[in-house]
Amino acid sequence: MTAKDRLQETGTDSVVEIDKVAKTFGSVTAVNEVSLSIRRGEFLTLLGPSGCGKTTLLNMIAGFEAPSAGQICFDGRDVTAVPPHQRETGMVFQNYALFPHMNVFDNVAFGLRMRKLDKQAIAREVGHALDMVKLSGMAERRIRQLSGGQQQRIALARAIVFKPKVLLLDEPLSALDKNLRTQMQFELKELHEKTGLTTVFVTHDQGEALSMSDRIVVMSRGEIQQVSEPLELYSRPVNSFVASFIGEINQLPAARLRTQGGLVSFEFPGALTLATHRAAHTLPGDNESVRIFVRPEHVSVAEEAGDAANVVSATVVSHIYQGTHTVTRVESAALGRIDMRVPGGRIKEEKPAGSPIRIRFALDDAVVLREGAA
Amino acid sequence: MQAMTLQKTSFWVLVAIILAFLTLPALVVIMTSFNPTEILRFPPQGFSLRWYARAFTYSDFQNAFYSGLIVTVVASTIASVVGVAAAYIIDRYQFTGRRLLEFILVSPLIVPRFTTGFGFLLIGAQIGLAGSYPLVILTHIVLVLPFVMRSVYVSLANIDPALERAAANLGASPINVLMRITVPLLTPGIVGGWIVASILSFTEFTASLYVTNYSTQTLPVAMYTYVREYTDPTIAAISALLIVSTTVGMFVVDRFLGLKRILAIETH
Repeated sequence: MTAKDRLQETGTDSVVEIDKVAKTFGSVTAVNEVSLSIRRGEFLTLLGPSGCGKTTLLNMIAGFEAPSAGQICFDGRDVTAVPPHQRETGMVFQNYALFPHMNVFDNVAFGLRMRKLDKQAIAREVGHALDMVKLSGMAERRIRQLSGGQQQRIALARAIVFKPKVLLLDEPLSALDKNLRTQMQFELKELHEKTGLTTVFVTHDQGEALSMSDRIVVMSRGEIQQVSEPLELYSRPVNSFVASFIGEINQLPAARLRTQGGLVSFEFPGALTLATHRAAHTLPGDNESVRIFVRPEHVSVAEEAGDAANVVSATVVSHIYQGTHTVTRVESAALGRIDMRVPGGRIKEEKPAGSPIRIRFALDDAVVLREGAA
Repeated sequence: MQAMTLQKTSFWVLVAIILAFLTLPALVVIMTSFNPTEILRFPPQGFSLRWYARAFTYSDFQNAFYSGLIVTVVASTIASVVGVAAAYIIDRYQFTGRRLLEFILVSPLIVPRFTTGFGFLLIGAQIGLAGSYPLVILTHIVLVLPFVMRSVYVSLANIDPALERAAANLGASPINVLMRITVPLLTPGIVGGWIVASILSFTEFTASLYVTNYSTQTLPVAMYTYVREYTDPTIAAISALLIVSTTVGMFVVDRFLGLKRILAIETH
């Protein structure tokens, strides 16, 4: 079944259809049979560690790299063999790649001149694009007179001015310092809402991915691990790679799952049992060996007199105070090192390093994966 | 503390001596050129511009200046066009024989000048072009090509490949990318290479001695012939003129290399 057939079959309004695309460099497989459909107007993020194939995939969408196998369609038209200058994609490069021998106006006008627009139309569109990125007064500036943040915006203006089919962002925030990066995240999001451009954003920063995306594609070793909305990705990762790549998470030792009545319990080595009231059908079957992943915010300090269920004794190892909360690392004989998130900063005084502590696990939101499938 | 001072002093004395020896020949020549007497001697016995007058009016020098100018302009320009194309192809494309081509193009750097000159003399005699402008120009193209290519290589290496990709992404066809991005960014390197090639070509002596005849002889060859016949300071005057014009040329190159920095090929 070709990408075009599938498009007609499902009726999804997708701009870009990537169908079993692979890319090998010599004996190295950078992208391995990836299929993905990019919906019209969405902000899609390709997320993964360096070397996962996300940039290669982006370069294949832009046409800079030719796939070794598979097909790429824009609006149902096969563009696999179309050269980059005829693809109508707008790209923002990691180091912006602004033309140093042209001023701001000429940089932004470049795509319009290539499309042979008349002078007035060019002036109008460039002015509009510069307004969009809030740099209207800068048209006559030379590139080297701009700060990093300004260069970033000019690169954006240059990429959106000719209304591309899809906007491609290759780690555009990685060269900025932290405050500017947060600022630009908001502005990128705003720009996306204003223009409605279908956007593909490449990053290795899960924070950026979670805060900006409509959907996130997690990649590892040239393959797609999961495609989900941010909330879904964070709360229901499908495998251990996604679970540990997105946010902070504790991986508990292997356990055996038991279902009894409405209660699901996990038996760890050393006669430790943790339990949850979750519906059994959302979990792997009875008697399966499983891996449990628990986020630090689902581990808390147990009240002295409370219910003893899901409570484990441990020893405090260290505290990292982070303003609104403290990340406390504890060591438990049965479960190993566990990071927990405690509100405020008082725990540092109440439980200094070395003191015994009782911690409670809330497993209703834990990620439970079948051992092996993980 | 004192040992340090001594070390420092001797270091600077050594530097001063080296600098003195580097500039001394040029200084001696320039000073001698103002000598009023007919004998080449140092230090000069007074001040006169008569040898400059003779250098400008001596017909062999006049003719040699014009031949040299023709050879230099034509050879440097052709070498620049060929050098830019060759450097670009070697830098940007993978093909069999790429390394060999590069080696052949820069080989004149390691072949002695008189070998190149003698070789072209034999070829010229064989095809009936001995002493002609085409032969002299061809010889000079071969000699200056490596310098042009080196200059273009440096400029090419300074161009971020993302710039060419960005232009393609914005809708520029390969020829548009070349004309609007690559060539403009290479311009400082091309101009710098052309000026260096001109200076080398205009002052080239060894190979030129073999391939020129009386009507096509370049200035250094005419100067050599003059020294063999006369001993007056005209030769010092014309040498002084060459030194000054070469210095000006190098200054311009430096401006252009500086210009490269001003044009900010520093996108990283």
